[in-house]
Amino acid sequence: MTLWTAVLVAAIICVALKTLGYLIPQRFVEAPRPARIADLLTVALLSALVAVQTLGEGQAIVVDARIPAVLVAAGLLLLRAPFLVVVVAAALVAALLRLWGWAA
Amino acid sequence: MRRLSRLERVTAAHATPDAEARRAWRQGLGVALATSAYGVSFGALAVAAGLDIWQTCVLSLVMFTGGSQFAFVGVIAAGGLPAAPAAIASASLLGVRNIAYGMRMSPVVGTGFWRRAAAAQFTIDESTAVSLAQTTRRARTLGFWVTGIAIYIGWNLSTLAGALLGDVLGDPRAYGLDAAAAAAFLALLWPRLRHRQPIAVGIAAAVVATMLTPVLMPGIPVLIAAVVAVVVGWFNWLGVGDAPPEEPDDVAERVGLP
Repeated sequence: MTLWTAVLVAAIICVALKTLGYLIPQRFVEAPRPARIADLLTVALLSALVAVQTLGEGQAIVVDARIPAVLVAAGLLLLRAPFLVVVVAAALVAALLRLWGWAA
Repeated sequence: MRRLSRLERVTAAHATPDAEARRAWRQGLGVALATSAYGVSFGALAVAAGLDIWQTCVLSLVMFTGGSQFAFVGVIAAGGLPAAPAAIASASLLGVRNIAYGMRMSPVVGTGFWRRAAAAQFTIDESTAVSLAQTTRRARTLGFWVTGIAIYIGWNLSTLAGALLGDVLGDPRAYGLDAAAAAAFLALLWPRLRHRQPIAVGIAAAVVATMLTPVLMPGIPVLIAAVVAVVVGWFNWLGVGDAPPEEPDDVAERVGLP
């Protein structure tokens, strides 16, 4: 599979999912189980992505400048900082720690 | 945003149809402006993950749903081309919630094949949220279309800008872009952690993904972590009653990400 194939397949599936919502009957949305699972699915995936993006490096678990950066991000989120501030602050923390040689 | 919209809902009860329409325009454009600002971060992260500028732009033009786009490039960044099937699966699973949005928007967007086909593409967190925040039928329709179209334009322009910028920057680690991606996922997750059940699922999913990372191909641990959600959701462990969970109305994506 080339990267182009992957980009196109993923994009088409996502468009199909959006379209599906307009095609299936309304009563499905009121059923508690599918709605609950869809909601928790988003939480589980995002949470797993946070973990892997913070600690993973290929197949290794690595402790480096990303951990303090993500902790700063969490602190800013507690203070209700906007998305862009959180993301830029995390990048800045990691970049500075690496520049000063305090973390890998 | 939540407090403001409640206040506006109260005033809207006395508002004229024109004022209603203006409010839908104002909210839609406001949300679109905020969102467009960080299409830049998506563009830069995608290029850092190894996509070229065209692939990055196609994701924003066709996929056009921020959580899935970030997930796709996140998994590619971790595992490269061998992780492509896992990247496709992650993006697709995160796109599942758009089915629910489509069902809610279906009676709102109007009739006719082309109109509904276009509406499907503009169905994202923000357009649904702005639409549902309006009180009249006309304002709901207007809110959906204004928000969806404005974000589509802004998100794609800022993605291109970010991709060009990322191309110039070079080594993404030196600029902390890997940490920025983790922070972006955390910011998307944060407003959904209001109750016991999602918090438990979030912690369990993070633990599962971390434990499995050394033993499985990159991308697969994230997919297995998703099973936690299916199991907990199916049996409704730690849940509260059988009422369908309400979408939080100030999810980060809605004030910033399609």
